[in-house]
Amino acid sequence: MNSVFSNKGTIAVFVLPTLLLFCGIVLIPIFVSSYYSLLDWNGVGRGKFIGLDNYVEMFKDTRVLNSIKNSLLFAGASVFIQLPISLVLALILASNVKGEGFYRTVYFIPVLISTVVIAQLWSKIYNADYGLLNVLLQSIGLSSLAQDWLGQKDTALAASFIPTLWQYVGYHMLLMYAGAKSVSQDVLEAARMDGASRIRTAWSIMIPLMKPILKVSLVFSVIGAFKVFDLIYVLTGGGPFYTTEVPSTLMYATIFDTFRYGYGSAISVFIIVECLVCTILINSLFKTE
Amino acid sequence: MSTVEVMLQKNPKRRSISGPIGKVFLQAFLILVAIVQIYPLIWLALFSLKDNSEIFSGDVAGLPKAFLWSNYTKAMSDGHVLTYFMNSVLVTAASIVLVLILSSMTGYAITRMNWKLSGLTMTIILLGMMVPIHAALLPLFIILKNLGLLNSYWSLIIPYVAFGIPMAVFILGSFFKGIPREMEESAVIDGCGIYRTFFSIILPLVTPAISTVAIFTFLSCWNELMFAVTFINNTAYQTLTVGMMSMVGTYITQWGIIGAGLMITTVPTVVIYLLLNKQVQKSMIAGAVKG
Repeated sequence: MNSVFSNKGTIAVFVLPTLLLFCGIVLIPIFVSSYYSLLDWNGVGRGKFIGLDNYVEMFKDTRVLNSIKNSLLFAGASVFIQLPISLVLALILASNVKGEGFYRTVYFIPVLISTVVIAQLWSKIYNADYGLLNVLLQSIGLSSLAQDWLGQKDTALAASFIPTLWQYVGYHMLLMYAGAKSVSQDVLEAARMDGASRIRTAWSIMIPLMKPILKVSLVFSVIGAFKVFDLIYVLTGGGPFYTTEVPSTLMYATIFDTFRYGYGSAISVFIIVECLVCTILINSLFKTE
Repeated sequence: MSTVEVMLQKNPKRRSISGPIGKVFLQAFLILVAIVQIYPLIWLALFSLKDNSEIFSGDVAGLPKAFLWSNYTKAMSDGHVLTYFMNSVLVTAASIVLVLILSSMTGYAITRMNWKLSGLTMTIILLGMMVPIHAALLPLFIILKNLGLLNSYWSLIIPYVAFGIPMAVFILGSFFKGIPREMEESAVIDGCGIYRTFFSIILPLVTPAISTVAIFTFLSCWNELMFAVTFINNTAYQTLTVGMMSMVGTYITQWGIIGAGLMITTVPTVVIYLLLNKQVQKSMIAGAVKG
């Protein structure tokens, strides 16, 4: 028995292919990226080692700082607009409302759709002349509000956040719904016996007990905001005048449009570090409480 | 029963929500949200059947006067959507199969077999769940270029499999852990070798985990853009996501055809979801509550 399950050859057959692929394609490239970030390199010939100069330049570059600011705004909007909406929906659906299965299914549909499709769809919705949004505004007598939502500096960033909100509200709703459903019925029963109102029960009992899943949602939405690429790349390409640019689209443009491989890698390393720091921060925040 | 299943189970005890007025109000709110979530897609379906003059005439929200199915045939033939579609199917299917084979074997070896480095291996693989794909983009581009693999199916399949492995090993591994030892013991006593035990006894026991991983991998590969747009620029190998972007450039003024292309990209996912919606929801939750 033991010899069968500790046979070195068999273990190698089971593990080595995966491990080699994973290390070669995921693990090593990350270290390689950090190495590239120390080079002045345009992809041709050998790069020149310049130490931390790329990072120094990054934190002086207004375009980089602007993209970081935008991704922070995205993260803020996710946390303070998207998550509360998801939470309310989740709590309602988890309270044995009629048709909960149906609503849960419908709300979740946008989550599964490719971001490319969603970006194209919303660029049509926002279209200045024929888009659904302006037509809707006109039909309810608010024609004065109709405008080129994605083409203007003032509205572009907010307009590019809405599709993300729309797409992922169902995802966070589902996670929180699952969390709410796992709260023991006895606890809720007890609260009701004590005469707690529904809102009071939700606030003082459900939400504290849902902490683990709320933490997951928080981490996902913040990291998702830092990583956002597809949507901006397709919807606005970072424009107009860099008002919607985020670190990942800037990284992409730096590498593949201006061929600054070293500088682009420094931005990509920044994105990883940003995500890791935030995950650790949120985890420790939830632990101490 | 796993926690996830408990979470998704209906509570048999129905309890009324504060009074009939509250109920009506709540339903109205839920229906409104449902409309907001679903209407943009219905609108997409409608304009995929219209021609330009109808779209631009001002009645953007109405039903099409005549259903222009020709938009779909045009998108398929002139717009290469059929090619993109087949490429997406091929890349996604190959990635799913490879992810399943590699990660089930590895997950099994890590959780059920006895060797010193199993814990370390698991830790290394799980690290991959935290890494954004941005980090590997440029080095991967250079590796694939040097191997001459850019503009081939492998340039997508290899990274998709590699990045799909961590989550898959995690999910499958946690299912393997739940299988009683006796299953393997009796198989071995009856003369099964390790491979036979794994493929004919163990794998069939974890079908739910396999479908979870398959769904998860399907969604991430079918919808992936960053790798697809970087590693492939030849129309013959483009997948739907990249194809849609180049198609929008070509048919910039023909909304109906673009709409048809977008619908062809979307419908398979939505159909799979409606057929397997419980399983899909479970797999999304399983992917989240990993920690």
